[in-house]
Amino acid sequence: MSRTSHTLSAGGENARPAGTVQGPQRRLRLAAYPSLLAMPALLLLIAAMGYPLLTVTLRSFSDPAWGLQNYVWFFSTPVNVTVLWRTFSIAAWVTIVCVIAAYPYAYLMTAVGPRLRLVLILCVLVPFWVSGVVRTLAWVILLQDSGIINSVIRLLGFDGVKLIRTQTGVVIGMAQVLLPFMILPLYSVMRGIDLRLVQAARSLGARQARAFLQIYLPLSLPGVFAGAIIVFILSLGFYITPALLGGPRSTMLSTLVQSQVLSLLNWGRGGAMGVVLLVATFVLLALAAPLMRQRHKQASRS
Amino acid sequence: MSASNTRERGAAIDIMGATKRYGNFTALDDVSLHIEPGEFMTLLGPSGSGKTTTLNVVAGFTDLTSGDLAVGGKSIVALPAHKRNIGVVFQHYALFPHMTVGKNVAYPLTLRGMDKQARDRLVVRALDMVKMADFAHRYPSELSGGQQQRVALARAIVFDPPLLLMDEPLGALDKKLREWLQLEIKRIHRELGTTFVYVTHDQEEALVLSDRIAVFNQGRIEQVGTGRQLYDEPTTLFVAKFIGESTSLRGAAQTSGNETSLTIAGQKIVAGGKLAGGRKPVVLLRPEKLSLAGTNTPPASGQNSLTGEVSEAIYLGSGSKYQVTLRDGSVAIVRSSLEATPFSIGDTVDLRWSVVDAKLLADDDRADMTMT
Repeated sequence: MSRTSHTLSAGGENARPAGTVQGPQRRLRLAAYPSLLAMPALLLLIAAMGYPLLTVTLRSFSDPAWGLQNYVWFFSTPVNVTVLWRTFSIAAWVTIVCVIAAYPYAYLMTAVGPRLRLVLILCVLVPFWVSGVVRTLAWVILLQDSGIINSVIRLLGFDGVKLIRTQTGVVIGMAQVLLPFMILPLYSVMRGIDLRLVQAARSLGARQARAFLQIYLPLSLPGVFAGAIIVFILSLGFYITPALLGGPRSTMLSTLVQSQVLSLLNWGRGGAMGVVLLVATFVLLALAAPLMRQRHKQASRS
Repeated sequence: MSASNTRERGAAIDIMGATKRYGNFTALDDVSLHIEPGEFMTLLGPSGSGKTTTLNVVAGFTDLTSGDLAVGGKSIVALPAHKRNIGVVFQHYALFPHMTVGKNVAYPLTLRGMDKQARDRLVVRALDMVKMADFAHRYPSELSGGQQQRVALARAIVFDPPLLLMDEPLGALDKKLREWLQLEIKRIHRELGTTFVYVTHDQEEALVLSDRIAVFNQGRIEQVGTGRQLYDEPTTLFVAKFIGESTSLRGAAQTSGNETSLTIAGQKIVAGGKLAGGRKPVVLLRPEKLSLAGTNTPPASGQNSLTGEVSEAIYLGSGSKYQVTLRDGSVAIVRSSLEATPFSIGDTVDLRWSVVDAKLLADDDRADMTMT
């Protein structure tokens, strides 16, 4: 026993001078550069995102000729500006609807037992497994003038409501599709909130509602912000749902891009629209960042 | 002078027939306890014994199935938690992570609508009391566990509640810090005169801190008394085993007149008085009441003697501790002074004790289940 270990260590010592050239160095490589682990994803992002984005940006300045003509066209055509504004406003509405719908749901997920929680998580995830087109078509059936919602409203004696091909219809459909992106980050933040903090607040004299507003709500805000950013940005680029549920008055920018690029083969103008949307999004995020950073910092102190 | 003055600030607590059931499980079974104003009462017991449930019931976090609660003679059972005006310190501090230490301590005062000046004064006073005044602008995450718990204590006393509840407040801290904070808590209790109700499963902590201790087991109170009463005069085997070290002896019992005797591995010992109700007796002995002697020395009058073999001998500096395996297989723990004759492992010895030092108790298998 002691002999083997002796020979082993002796061998190791002998091997070392030679090994410093190759062996140990080779093994060290991955450990020394952990960033290599991100290579597959980075390559995919560069190939599938970076390159096309670069092309689109370039063409917005060079197609059909070099210059700013595509941007001049974009901002001098009132329809484009209206649609850009509408795109942001729909995205904001969708985000608001998602926050209102997701907050109590996510809270319930933290409050119930494990079995019911599984059911609630499944309810969130199952729509993910159904194609977006199918889900949107389901909304067409529900929202159309002779659809279930309107039939029920008429049965109750009210006038029908125009839902399909309106902005309201688009917001309803998009909010449903995007709801999981709000619920999941909210749930993960809420799960980490110690409910004894609320008990502590109550023992110190806070009514239930006050304990919620002053303790629980501020601690859950990072989840709200995280979900809101995801939902808002995904909303900006939504195509299928607004195309199927919306009408001419609820066209979003992605539909305009599609018609420029695929119908009119006008890559320059389509590219300019994309770049405008991208830049506008960045500007908005930059404006919202200080507010959110502060909240995050506070909550991460837990 | 100050003693009578401060005592008035604490409130008497009365728990009357408190029962809490969850479905078929009874967490609290007809618990009654009176706590004097300004008293330091510890609820001691193993986990699941009902001590924390009792605390939650008093704090208002848990509703009673039946029974009543009174603080200062007034029933609080119908009051919601936020109207009870009771300070609570939690095991995991429960400081608000998004508020500074100062804001945390000021929170109960803000809720009471106090103006900023008065608030600041009380916050400084409370933080001074726990020696954390320099940390008012820090966030809880920037403090150590012991510091956080002191801030939590300041927050719970800043609004001057007549009663302070503490739920294993030192449970998450290491031993040294715990011992120091125990003395701090004792000092603060003395200075405030508030009634303290303290939950712990650590009997040593209970002995250090408390005026009286209520020993909980399976949703009931086994015994209430000072540490000395619980150690010297336990009324149940559970209490005897939970507080301090002990040796319990079992054997065939005979009762003649008012005297019970046990036969253990062929040797007869006098066990003392008589148990009511003819229950199976156990003789309980504290380690310092036992002594060891060579088998050739005769026992003094009024002494019992059992033969065994030393299976462990530990030198403790101030004395020695022995484990003696008796002939029936049971193990006795003996603590002897430095002057006593030393023995070593393997020696055959006589275990001796005065009949008056033994405690005769009813046997109870629940007592063994919880002690391992």
